[in-house]
Amino acid sequence: MSSTEAVVTEPRAGQKLRVEHLGLVYERDGESIAALEDINLDVSEGEFICIVGPSGCGKSTLLNVLAGFLPSTSGSVTIDGESVNGPDPRRILVFQERGVFPWLTVEGNIGFGLSKLPRAQRDERIAHYVQTVRLEGFEHTYPSDLSGGMKQRLQVARALAVNPDILYLDEPFGALDSITRVMMRGELLRIWQSERRTIIFVTHDIDEAVQLADRVVVLSSRPARIEDIITIDIQHPRNISSPRYLELRDELLKQIGLAYEV
Amino acid sequence: MKIPVRLRPVLFIAALLAIWQIVIGCNPGQLLPGPIGVAGGIVELLEHGLLFKYVVASLFRVTWGFGLAALLAIPLGLMLGWYRRGEMAFYPLIQVFRPISPLAWIPIAILWFGVGDLAAIFLIFVGCFFPLLLTAMSAVHAIPAVYFNAGRNFGLSPSAFVSRVLYPAVVPQLLIGLRITLGIAWLVVVAAEMISVNSGLGFLIVDARNAGNRYDLVVAGMVIIGAIGLLLDLGMRSLEQMKSFHWTSSEG
Amino acid sequence: MNSMTKPRAWESFFWPAVAAGLLLAVWHYSVVWTGTKVFPSPLSVEKAVAELLQRHVLWADIGDSLRRVAFGFGAAVVVGVPLGLWLGWRPAANQVVNPVLQILRPISPIAWIPVAIIFFGVGDRAAIFLIFLGSFFPIVVACVSGVSSVPPVMRSAGRNFGLSTPQLLMRVVFPAALPQILVGVRIALGIAWLVVVAAEMIAVDSGLGYLVIDSRNSGKRYDLVVAAMLMIGIIGLALDLSFRRLERIKSVRWGFRNAA
Repeated sequence: MSSTEAVVTEPRAGQKLRVEHLGLVYERDGESIAALEDINLDVSEGEFICIVGPSGCGKSTLLNVLAGFLPSTSGSVTIDGESVNGPDPRRILVFQERGVFPWLTVEGNIGFGLSKLPRAQRDERIAHYVQTVRLEGFEHTYPSDLSGGMKQRLQVARALAVNPDILYLDEPFGALDSITRVMMRGELLRIWQSERRTIIFVTHDIDEAVQLADRVVVLSSRPARIEDIITIDIQHPRNISSPRYLELRDELLKQIGLAYEV
Repeated sequence: MKIPVRLRPVLFIAALLAIWQIVIGCNPGQLLPGPIGVAGGIVELLEHGLLFKYVVASLFRVTWGFGLAALLAIPLGLMLGWYRRGEMAFYPLIQVFRPISPLAWIPIAILWFGVGDLAAIFLIFVGCFFPLLLTAMSAVHAIPAVYFNAGRNFGLSPSAFVSRVLYPAVVPQLLIGLRITLGIAWLVVVAAEMISVNSGLGFLIVDARNAGNRYDLVVAGMVIIGAIGLLLDLGMRSLEQMKSFHWTSSEG
Repeated sequence: MNSMTKPRAWESFFWPAVAAGLLLAVWHYSVVWTGTKVFPSPLSVEKAVAELLQRHVLWADIGDSLRRVAFGFGAAVVVGVPLGLWLGWRPAANQVVNPVLQILRPISPIAWIPVAIIFFGVGDRAAIFLIFLGSFFPIVVACVSGVSSVPPVMRSAGRNFGLSTPQLLMRVVFPAALPQILVGVRIALGIAWLVVVAAEMIAVDSGLGYLVIDSRNSGKRYDLVVAAMLMIGIIGLALDLSFRRLERIKSVRWGFRNAA
């Protein structure tokens, strides 16, 4: 497992993340349970991918395997040709809750992965990302004094500060109220557009997926298989009342098997 | 070869006992007994009926001292927790009394009760009273405000409120406090018996040493103290687990 | 929780004064009405306190007690914290070692006196050993509990940034567990203070505990007994309060936000 500091990499065209015949089977009470089955996915550099699916289908499990926190039982995950063996600063996962370190200030959190850098460079990066996520003025604040949305922004800043190749987000806005969620989506898009990271974003919220993603991966319920991959071909900024938006949204809802009349 | 999980602690203890025995064996003329000597001591105590007698004596004192303390401290503590001004009044006094070791009360205990059971029970009482008082106060503080609002919302009378909201809300925390304080009582009784009475497990330790350096009985006494203390703790824990008391939410 | 209006600032001085005054009055009048010749009145205790303060021996006694606590408690921290952290980190190890701890823990340190005297002789070292025993178990328990309640998310996040296991322990697990560790250490300090007094009553001949028993034995000076008890209470309280200040340090304060 690499313990090196992430170094700024040259952006590569084409293949970024490649998942081939990925499967995960685990034992519980003597029984084998398949969580993931034959997942195949190709993600390009700078793409924004959303993964959606019914509750409990294994979206987070898939993300954890892609991030290297869980080993797969079959198939492979490669990033830039290198196979994923464990957690690595080149692919940071943003968690839904409790991801920030409460004993460190905003600055301390953002600088967490930067300990190998010389002081001046480190301070500069921290300042840059404080600005990126719009937490100026809170550099010396502790997370217990931040709102939920601010804490998530802090996590994103901390993740970006180490210049990862891929950013994984596991329902990052799930614990926030709906108004904050809408604002955070805008923030994330803004950051993504300026930095052009590859992002893989798990959510159970269909609207969120259609608003954010270039492509949406739909998973079936357990064992999770890829039902479909839908391309969202609307330009940003997306009008959420436009016919095309509603069409894509309906299609997704159908895929997941939900009625769209309450 | 993987050792089954349940067996591992047992093997670990067996290994420690073996090392102990070997070390003792290498140092003959030592006062301290090895595990075999201790086992022999326990058997001897059983044969003379002393084991049972001493255990009962110690438990008797604990029951009285702890029981009285609980009877007085818990209602008082609940009341003080409820009436903020009452708490403000007595909190500093409690905080000054609490760090005074129960044993430091011995001269006063003997003055008031003479040497004997009552003095020992008094010491246990003192050792348990302040922690239980604080536990009860803290249990009231920990009741979420929403419970009070809900109670008022449903128009409960004060006595109904106490029995239907207050009591169920404090019981889980009180049980934990009672368990911890029972552990304290067990520590105090042993110490008290070493000084001021002539029966009980603490007395056994002092007596065995004074009347002939019977360290095998001393350590046997220690082992029994540990075992009974552990049983008391486990007993209280199973009380906490009982369905009718086990209603703290998952955040408990 | 209160059922009345919010108390004003002056009340935080007023009510304790009332309670203290009540206690003193009850004390004073019980002494008067029972006509006891032995039990001291509040006034005689006050004089005894003054007498103690003037005697150099008092300061030596306080110093002795504190010194023993420092060594015994300090040793318990130095040994107990790393052990507790390791046991918390490796649940398999904890599962093996824990039963031994659970059997040893209910044995009052005072019951260890004969054994302690064999190893250390009568005197300071035996007392320090007893204090060590008393403080050791709460510290280990608190460390184990603190480490096991570190949210797994934090450990994963630490790994994500490329930390090796020693780095993970130092930069994530330990800071995350620190609030709980501090609570356990503070409780252990309180226990150490109780044990030192008890130990001094039995196994050594200096210190505040010894002062209590000696005042009675050589002359039935119950006024000195009570005065010494008061000192014990006040110093014990001072130790606890000073330690609580540590809990307010910014990088730990987050863990005490919702503490009672």
